[in-house]
Amino acid sequence: MTVASAAATASGAHEAHEHTHYTTTGLDNRKIAIWAFIGSECMLFASLISTYLIYKGRSVVGPFPHTPWTNPATGQVMKPILNIPITSASTFTLLMSSLAMVLALAAVENKDKPLPPNAGLGDRMLASSKLWLWGTCLLRATFLGFQAYEFTSFVHEGLTIKTNLFGSTFFTLTGFHGAHVTAGVIWLGTLLAIDYKRGLGPKDALNVDIAALYWHFVDVVWIAIFTLLYLIPD
Amino acid sequence: MAHDSSHAETEHYHPSWKEYKWVALWLTLITVAEVWFYYIPAFVASSAFVPTLLVLSAVKFAVVVMFYMHLKYDHKLFRALFTGPLIIAVLTLLALLMLFSKFGGK
Repeated sequence: MTVASAAATASGAHEAHEHTHYTTTGLDNRKIAIWAFIGSECMLFASLISTYLIYKGRSVVGPFPHTPWTNPATGQVMKPILNIPITSASTFTLLMSSLAMVLALAAVENKDKPLPPNAGLGDRMLASSKLWLWGTCLLRATFLGFQAYEFTSFVHEGLTIKTNLFGSTFFTLTGFHGAHVTAGVIWLGTLLAIDYKRGLGPKDALNVDIAALYWHFVDVVWIAIFTLLYLIPD
Repeated sequence: MAHDSSHAETEHYHPSWKEYKWVALWLTLITVAEVWFYYIPAFVASSAFVPTLLVLSAVKFAVVVMFYMHLKYDHKLFRALFTGPLIIAVLTLLALLMLFSKFGGK
């Protein structure tokens, strides 16, 4: 291949993918960047989870996560502080938000494909990126609502970030995760605003894909937190 | 350029709605099983409880990464960018736990 034909091919490829930024690997550098970012986030959350696990079961005073404790002020025996049914429900909303996110991405990728004439309500729903982006945002906002409720109830029961080792590591770990969820909701809110302003189409699929990768990563971090923090006792 | 087009093919394959539906169902069922196990005192007291939960959690983790994050179908460089740091993170976590259980005291 001559230099001229290679340049022409590259130019054609550039026109075909006007919004992509291919590198010598043939891959878009934004996607490489998000995977590198997710890799670094793995190490961040591993350090937070390590800290939690190292201090697990070493709190001297209550409240404790999995065992009853005596309130020194009242002498009353209190229940373990973690509320597994509430957290299970919030975990379910997180898993469903990931399903809504992949359906939003699929809807954006297939925006140009016309619906068949006999398309039913289900087909029209699957093709609506706005519906799935809204669903994803609302499910994640519900998760944040559960987390706000949990934090508030813990503070009312006497557990703050300063109370004991469990409080310090719990609020740090779940707080960092909650901050990531909040960032994801804001990110998705911007995509939703773009969808309303000019409509998201296949040319935007990579941008949605990158947001989705971040979204699912926050989900897998919660999968680890739910098991290690909530379900496995001291 | 064949190299590039093969990338495009592997990069752009995403599972169908039906596959996503099954993935979501399995994730939900595994979560239900985990919570169910938590409420069986005899099982919680047994030595099988923690390994079972860790395996179930690892399965959920892998399913989300492979299907929802499309790593099963994506380029191997993305797999390396994710699994490399993940392995370092897990090894660091295990090393810290071993160090603190041996020297950290109670």
